[in-house]
Amino acid sequence: MAEQIFHDHESDHGHRAKWFAGRVAVYGILLLWTVICLFPIYWTITTSFKLAPDVMKGNMVPWWDFTPKWKGWDSLGISPKYWAVESTVREEFLKRFTNSAIVSVSASLLAVVLGSMTAYGLSRFRYKFGFMRNPDISFFFLSQLILPPVVLALPFLVLYKELALLDTRIGLILLYTLTVLPIVIWIMRDQFLSIPVELEEAALVDGLSVWGAFVTIILPIALPGMVAAFILSLVLTWNEYFFAALLTSTDAKTLPVMVASQTGSQGINWWSMAALSTAAIFPLVIIGVVLERYIIKGMAAGAVK
Amino acid sequence: MSAEGDLLHVVTSDQIGPARERLGRGLIWGSFGVMVLAFVYCTLADNGALGLELTNWRPALYGYLIWATCFCIAQVVLYGEQGKRRLFLLPATLFVVAMVIFPLIFALGIAFSNWNLSSLEGRSFNGWDNARQAWGDPFYWNALKNMVYYTLAILVEYTIAFGLALILASQIRARKLFRVAFLLPLMLSPVAVSWMVGKSMMEARFGPLARLGRELGWDRPSFFGDPEIARATIMVMDAWTFIPFMMIMILAGLQAIPKEVQEAAKVDGANGWRGFWEVTFPLMLPVSLTAILIRIIFKLKLADIIINVTSGGPGGATDSVTSFIFREYRDRSNVGYGTFLAILYLVLIVLAITAFMKAVDRWMNPRY
Repeated sequence: MAEQIFHDHESDHGHRAKWFAGRVAVYGILLLWTVICLFPIYWTITTSFKLAPDVMKGNMVPWWDFTPKWKGWDSLGISPKYWAVESTVREEFLKRFTNSAIVSVSASLLAVVLGSMTAYGLSRFRYKFGFMRNPDISFFFLSQLILPPVVLALPFLVLYKELALLDTRIGLILLYTLTVLPIVIWIMRDQFLSIPVELEEAALVDGLSVWGAFVTIILPIALPGMVAAFILSLVLTWNEYFFAALLTSTDAKTLPVMVASQTGSQGINWWSMAALSTAAIFPLVIIGVVLERYIIKGMAAGAVK
Repeated sequence: MSAEGDLLHVVTSDQIGPARERLGRGLIWGSFGVMVLAFVYCTLADNGALGLELTNWRPALYGYLIWATCFCIAQVVLYGEQGKRRLFLLPATLFVVAMVIFPLIFALGIAFSNWNLSSLEGRSFNGWDNARQAWGDPFYWNALKNMVYYTLAILVEYTIAFGLALILASQIRARKLFRVAFLLPLMLSPVAVSWMVGKSMMEARFGPLARLGRELGWDRPSFFGDPEIARATIMVMDAWTFIPFMMIMILAGLQAIPKEVQEAAKVDGANGWRGFWEVTFPLMLPVSLTAILIRIIFKLKLADIIINVTSGGPGGATDSVTSFIFREYRDRSNVGYGTFLAILYLVLIVLAITAFMKAVDRWMNPRY
């Protein structure tokens, strides 16, 4: 066999080893961070199936070093054994879950409606309210983001008491709408600015009114942005704890408040706490996995001009 | 953004007759009268002048709603096409005014009074007493100092987030999978995180992190005993949930950089480290600053984890301003003092952020 004439230089082989080492480092970092991100979730889910001795021995892998048991879910009333049985804990949990769902979905919807209108107006027309022009109005809305919730918390406590809105879902919905409105406006403004004006001009020439063009032409195009804004608002409102802890007590209490009140009561009831936490994060983990595209789109809106 | 405004310029011939104008003005002032009447009724009933027991101030709220609705309708009646455009902004504006401006003014009133919600006395104006009390309150200043530490931790978060974003933007397999995994911490509620990480994984005896600590030679791992360590732990937990947020923003910025720029730099001999510092990093500055600014804003609201894991302890070492005011209210239910502290915090934040933005502006657009 004749000797190979064209072959890599010695130094190129070294280069290859270096490239390989680089790849290993990159995937090493990626895997490490994946473990950091996912381990707490894994830990919580597995702990909800453990018994006390398993927790103390630090067993981690189901069916390998411990047998999964329904104990934690029994205490929540959500397990095969207790499905049919009446359970006060489950009732309580479902009530909090419904509260959270209703409050976060309606607040996000309201914020998306109000925010889209505002963002569209600001991106298309010229306004003058007194000394305020478009950039000032934009700033007025976006600056709400700086406002820390604690500034509004105590005044709202007093105002809601006077208005009999304390411990009602409506009260929470209004407040949550306010907290996510600036974010929605930010995302939607970006969205509308990327839609060419010629579309509306054509629609207006064809006889649609300004609002007609907005609803029938622009909104369908801006739908992905609206979904992104909606999902992001949903995440923020579902997880909100501070206002809910201050403004609700019995009727309108949301899921985070329930989780927090269970943590406070001592005597580490690991399995039931783990089950409760798992149930509380479950909806958002699903949303995160399925709708990841939209969340990223929403957060990227402000980054790229 | 200069592209804003007056893009859709339409000339319309609206003929607003005098009757229509009267109708519009009538609507505004009529509903305004209704609102004023509702307010007067509530005030009088509250003072007991009508001999009625005032159950709540709902009538005043309904009055405002009626006025707001009529005001919106009247815009179209009065100004035709122009009014329809105002309608895009009006609902949100009226909402924000009712929910922010009005409570803020109300808060200023509360801030200068002594008002214990659990006592029957009600509110009494006490001038600058709250200010004097705040000035001499070591725990409040301690909480403010903690906020500075917490905010400084953002630089570390930023570095990690940038590194991860660089890796995610490079040529790797299963990018989507990693992206989903990295995003998940952001989806979890801080309250659940406080239990999952703070209370169970860091539990001194059985928690996996404590076990890991023992393996690595830390004989009595305690994450919340020592003030410094407790503060660092809180920072880590908060960073864990929010690094994905910065990472995604930076990733979006990285993907928006045209490939040609980096290729040109490579041709010119800037590879690896130098290519990053002299090309990628400067190009990423605007995005980085936006990400950091938003992260600062979110950081200043930090409370949930602290309230649920340490409730400020040990000895106020982990307190953020929000969690401190929360406990102050929970323990003493003094609305007046708490509100004063909150307003002071707001003023400090606005000053700090304005200064930050001015400095950034000066740095980004130097005037020679």
